[in-house]
Amino acid sequence: MKKELRFSGSGGQGVITAAVLLGEAAALEGREVCQSQSYGPEARGGAAKAEVILSDETIYHPHVEHPDFVLAMTQKAADKYYKDLSPEGLLLLDEELVPNPPNFSNTRRIPITKLAIEQVGKPLFANIVALGAIVRLTGLVSLDTVKDCVAKRVPPHTVEANEKALRIGYEAAK
Amino acid sequence: MMERSYEKYFREGRLPHIWCPGCGNGLAMKAIVMAIEEKGLPQDETVIVSGIGCSSRASGYMDFDTLHTAHGRAIPFATGIKLANPRLHVIVITGDGDCTAIGGNHFIHGCRRNVDLTVIMFNNEIYGMTGGQGSPTTPLDRLTTTAPYGTSVRPFDACHIAMAAGATYVGRSTAYHVRHLAKLIGEGIDNKGFSFIEAYVQCPTAYGRKNRLGSGADMMKHMRDSAVMLSAWEKLPADKRQGKFPIGCFLKREVEDFNTSYEELVDRAGGVR
Amino acid sequence: MSKARLMQGNEACAEGAIAAGVNFFAGYPITPSTEIAESMAKLLPKKDGTFLQMEDEIASFGAVLGASLAGAKAMDATSGPGFSLKQELIGYGACAEIPCVLVDVQRVGPSTGQPTAPSQGDIMQVRWGTHGDHPVIALSPWSVRETFDLTVRAVNYSERFRTPVILLMDEMVGHLRERVELPESVEVYPRRRPHESRAEGYEPYRPASDGVPDTADFGQGYHIHVTGLIHDGTGFPAGSPTVTRDDIRRLHKKIERVGEEIIHVEESFLEDARFAVVAMGGTARTAYEAVREARKEGIPVGLLRLITVWPFADAALLRLAERVDSILVAELSYGQLVREVDRAVHGKARVELCGKYDMTSLTPAEILANIRKLAGRDA
Repeated sequence: MKKELRFSGSGGQGVITAAVLLGEAAALEGREVCQSQSYGPEARGGAAKAEVILSDETIYHPHVEHPDFVLAMTQKAADKYYKDLSPEGLLLLDEELVPNPPNFSNTRRIPITKLAIEQVGKPLFANIVALGAIVRLTGLVSLDTVKDCVAKRVPPHTVEANEKALRIGYEAAK
Repeated sequence: MMERSYEKYFREGRLPHIWCPGCGNGLAMKAIVMAIEEKGLPQDETVIVSGIGCSSRASGYMDFDTLHTAHGRAIPFATGIKLANPRLHVIVITGDGDCTAIGGNHFIHGCRRNVDLTVIMFNNEIYGMTGGQGSPTTPLDRLTTTAPYGTSVRPFDACHIAMAAGATYVGRSTAYHVRHLAKLIGEGIDNKGFSFIEAYVQCPTAYGRKNRLGSGADMMKHMRDSAVMLSAWEKLPADKRQGKFPIGCFLKREVEDFNTSYEELVDRAGGVR
Repeated sequence: MSKARLMQGNEACAEGAIAAGVNFFAGYPITPSTEIAESMAKLLPKKDGTFLQMEDEIASFGAVLGASLAGAKAMDATSGPGFSLKQELIGYGACAEIPCVLVDVQRVGPSTGQPTAPSQGDIMQVRWGTHGDHPVIALSPWSVRETFDLTVRAVNYSERFRTPVILLMDEMVGHLRERVELPESVEVYPRRRPHESRAEGYEPYRPASDGVPDTADFGQGYHIHVTGLIHDGTGFPAGSPTVTRDDIRRLHKKIERVGEEIIHVEESFLEDARFAVVAMGGTARTAYEAVREARKEGIPVGLLRLITVWPFADAALLRLAERVDSILVAELSYGQLVREVDRAVHGKARVELCGKYDMTSLTPAEILANIRKLAGRDA
């Protein structure tokens, strides 16, 4: 088993954190993991792209070539990063922020950022909402492991809100 | 007999020194060992760090652990030594070019960081070792090999820089006023923090000769006549200050030194010393 | 519970340093190496160590050299532009024989270049950037776990040979997170110590039987003198031609004499190979995958990975050239490693370059296409 995932958006949306969390969960569950990212000089805005490769065997080339899954949190990211998806792959879009979905057969639209604002209180949680959805859509790691990883990484006073975000994303991907 | 007691601080086998007849560096070096003796610094736990230039050759003549670093970099090396082994007393010998030109950024950040170092800058107002090029402390309208028509850029006042940048002890004296200079260096050693002492030294060979300032002795007479103790300087009317400069302790302030602050940081981090 | 966790290459470098006994770090932030400084800032105060952020790259390496002379195991980390600035004091460290480690996480240059993008364009600057003659030891990891191991090795080599050792990383590995399990403890080479007293005629720079001096630390009562001027066994400057020649020659010989012991390479699929790919660092991972694919196509190709970049693996390359027809050098630059490979093979094999310098890493497909060409299997 080898799966390649790409999370994309703009700087500040937390796509890199989401990728790291997925990678951490997979590592805890005993998988080989390679997680990498590319970003511009901006801490906020600009393009951000993170990749995760999960495998049962040693991973050599550490960068994604034909993703099995792409998350796009902006229109620009969607247009740029869906193209090399493997034909059986899945494209997950932030419904509000990607108003014009690319022409790809297997696309799922979830109002990720809207859910974060309306149900968790801040757009800041959008990446964790997305992560919840990804856990369900890909079935690569268990929700409980991801929950543990989130709790370890975020500031203590935000653990509850983050767990809520995770759950909301997970539910939205039903 | 007093004089003899300093001998143990010198590496006799490394003398005579390379400085020219009439040079002031030897006097400033003597003032340093006077201060070391006065303060009773243990010879095995004192490190002399120098940069590059005439002044910085002093380290090789002094019988301690000594470090002759690269041009301008004495303060960073000294910082590493003091933080790696806080037991050591670290004295830095630097020159005007070494400290305020190539080492200028290290100098001001050294002042800001306030590591417990005593920095003595031998200011001969010229690059002596390379044969008399203008330095950042060469006064206006002086002749140097790189200013054959006279210097046209204002000099730095290194003490002003040190005060503005956060040094916790700042003073100035001259090669003529050896005992006064030694007293200031001793106060710098006492100060637990970054101390800066400017020692005016004469360079008859590369600077004096070109500017018709006479022999080394003549240049020292000039120091005697133009240096004014700070208390007197403060009372001096502006028109009487022309051609003179103040000496003495310009600043002393109580600020926690880097090592003490770092120990507190270690406590906050939950570490052990 | 398994100790496995997800860790970044730069973090593993910091962990390796601590494991090897590094207790002093001075640095200046620069992408893509900054996480090393950040990790050290977090770890060192807890471990009886000192972390220091200095005013610039020169100052940080100066502080590292000073700390090492005062007995610390000291490290600094930077990227290409910072490495350029440190060259002056790398030479100082080589001349005055001061143990320390300098990490270079390479990025695209020249100049500010592309700060966040992978490159391997510092191979030559880490070897030849300083003025004058001195040898360089540089190690290049290809994985997060190997970053830990080679950091330990770099610290140990620096102590054994009393010289700055370079850990030559690239952004691909520095910023990569992988699942790793770190060892409980590692072997540590202790600081060399004087075996004589001053009265017995101790000289801080007189070489021991392995050509390396047992220089005392400051504060041990030896009153040593350390200088960047050419010096004799006493440590004091000496103007004589003989001393100059002997000093420079000894700096080289102390490393040359151990020969291949410190020149590590890794061979994959080379037993029956007629073609070979040579690569290092992150690029070797891509090359491995390309070679494996080529093997599936029946092309007899293997991989030689350079773990020690400097001193260069001359003997291993020559042996390789005697076995294969052609060699493909895969690297993230306009062509640096390829020149050195070409020199080392003495014309015994054809050497081709597969280079890239466009902010992206090579892909297995790109290297595979070049392997096919090498093997005369163009589509």
